[in-house]
Amino acid sequence: MARQMTAAKPSPSAERPRQMNGAQTLVEALRREGVEVLFGHPGGASLPIYDALYDAQDIRHILVRHEQVAAHAAVGYARASGRVGVCTATSGPGATNLITGITDAMMDSAPIVAITGQVPRPVIGNDAFQEADVTGITMPITKYNTLVMRAMDIPKAVRMAFYLAKTGRPGPVLVDIPRDVSQELCEPDFDEDPVLPGYRPVVDGNPGQIAEAADALSAAERPIVYAGGGIISSGATPELTALVERTGIPVVLTLMGKGAMDETHPRCLGMFGMHGSAFANWAINRADVILAVGVRFDDRVTGRLKDFAPHARFIHIDIDPAEIGKNKPAHIPIVGDAKRVLAALVPLVRPPKIEAWWKQIEEWRERYPFRYRQRDGRISHQYVCDLLNRLTGGRAIVVTDVGQHQMWMAQWYKCREPRTFISSGGLGAMGFGFPAALGAKFACPDKQVIALVGDGGFQMTLQDLITAVEHGLSLPIFILNNGALGMVRQWQTFFYRGRFSSSILRNPNFAKIGEAYGARGIRVERPEEVESALRTALETEGVPCVVDIQCDPEENCLPMIPSGQSVAEMILDD
Amino acid sequence: MTDPQHAATISVLVQNAPGVLVRVAGLIRRRGVNIHSLSVGPTEDPSISRMTIVVDTAPERTEQFAKQLRKVVEVLRATSIDSTPAVDRELALIKVNVTPGTRLEIMEIANVFRASVVDLTDKTMTLEVTGRGEKVDAFVTLLAKYGIREMARTGQVTLVRGAQNT
Repeated sequence: MARQMTAAKPSPSAERPRQMNGAQTLVEALRREGVEVLFGHPGGASLPIYDALYDAQDIRHILVRHEQVAAHAAVGYARASGRVGVCTATSGPGATNLITGITDAMMDSAPIVAITGQVPRPVIGNDAFQEADVTGITMPITKYNTLVMRAMDIPKAVRMAFYLAKTGRPGPVLVDIPRDVSQELCEPDFDEDPVLPGYRPVVDGNPGQIAEAADALSAAERPIVYAGGGIISSGATPELTALVERTGIPVVLTLMGKGAMDETHPRCLGMFGMHGSAFANWAINRADVILAVGVRFDDRVTGRLKDFAPHARFIHIDIDPAEIGKNKPAHIPIVGDAKRVLAALVPLVRPPKIEAWWKQIEEWRERYPFRYRQRDGRISHQYVCDLLNRLTGGRAIVVTDVGQHQMWMAQWYKCREPRTFISSGGLGAMGFGFPAALGAKFACPDKQVIALVGDGGFQMTLQDLITAVEHGLSLPIFILNNGALGMVRQWQTFFYRGRFSSSILRNPNFAKIGEAYGARGIRVERPEEVESALRTALETEGVPCVVDIQCDPEENCLPMIPSGQSVAEMILDD
Repeated sequence: MTDPQHAATISVLVQNAPGVLVRVAGLIRRRGVNIHSLSVGPTEDPSISRMTIVVDTAPERTEQFAKQLRKVVEVLRATSIDSTPAVDRELALIKVNVTPGTRLEIMEIANVFRASVVDLTDKTMTLEVTGRGEKVDAFVTLLAKYGIREMARTGQVTLVRGAQNT
């Protein structure tokens, strides 16, 4: 929309240089990147930016109540829509509050741009009021960051930020703008291209390597595809599905890969890894050829590396060359964009003879599917997740927080399409779920977005309920409330002899909190109330609905491969 | 001293821009690896600098370092050069104690190492030596008994031999 507006009404700067200040230049640069929404919180060093935003009718600024929410919301926005999410904060404490969300974006390769105010140039380095070395602090958690020292450099910095955030392996970019740079007058040139001689992502895979990969897959007896978040980033779902349908090769997904392929497809075995299904873990560990696409062999996925799929040859496709061979040697490395490489690979693979392999997999699938028990009078967490899956048909955008509920939802929610499962994977940041759902809802206002959180994580960022109320968001928030930091309690149960050190929570009445903020609040205490409460929340329009579901306080999330162990040590039942 | 079993040389061409040194050094630090030496200087193109970094790491991890370094936006090229024939040099300035009795002896040692005397007082002599790290190490060892007052070493610089680029 913003693009069309600028196209229809060319800026007078095209003919005659027009003076504007740095903040106005920033807003115009954001407009030219197509930014429609940004999440942020003002402060001293960003006052000029907010003054310029006051005039920008076509860019919605969503005022959050804590900058951490702005960063998580930008990630939710980016991951739900595929567009770049933007957040903004003032210098010092404002900027440091963005850190968790920026780190999450780095770990999960989400394209976001963070714009921070900085103290004026003359006092930088003098420990000025609200000064923090934000470019220094964020160096290891951004793909790139820059401190802009002249107003006229803002257009180039913004173009570069968006370009770097969304190309290659996506990630966060931070632009730090001193207050006096925002106030400085300049004659901006918005058409100047940033020069990046050291940045050349390889998108097309090496044809020789692709042919070799095709041969390995064609000759495999027990092949499997290990699919991750890179498929979603590159939009490679059609190519992955085509590969699977052409060859019959089974697919397992990582947490970040949920949505990479329709999980109801018979060839898709769903999530594997620490809390993945037993059958998916058995399958990948018995495979002889593994096609790993858009993945990074995270420890939560592989367990003990030397025992991970010990009989397999690995074909590893990734856009980031540094991921290939980082944790596990790749026999056939292919650097490139998942979509392009898979498109080139599909026609070359001859369907392998894998009837025996499928027979074995089906036997495993039948022997140990996900299951849960419902203790008398207690609400099972998995039942809630299962029900949400059935009620939405797996077509809602689900945003989770971090912990047991996240893993149960990952087990029970069967994504039908990409960008429908948003979770803090690599960083595992509690407090992510609700703000990211907020961001996702702003990105996709016409889609059903639901937040699923735990009672622990929700309390880290729940103050922004007011933001959801203020904007009339139809956003159900389901709390799987077990009165504990459930995953901590689970580890203490298994590995610390049940010594529940600081993991049991005394909780407020979340439904009443919701009501106090102006949202709808529902408290569910009995299993028979669950379904109608979920339905009510899913149908609630124009206002968020907080559903506090009092769940079984003793349930453990299984199966589980304990940290640093292998599939042989998987805990199936407690 | 570097343990040659665990020292790896990485040559990095970077855009000459603020903060690049910190990005490169920080990237190595956060992988828990010690930088044994790091030298930075301009190249034939003034907008580009070369860093030669010697890190204490197992050779099989060196390529991973080079790959991570290539992800830094300002890094134009990063090469692990341990498996390539290359020329390594280091320069050291060494200030030793001298007495009228030891002066000639030290100059003899310096001659063998083609070191030159760059400063001389009645109590001290400053020597400049250039060579591979091992040569500088050997020279330092021989001078130790006279009493080294101060020493400054540049760290290693390296170029691949022949027409191939480093």
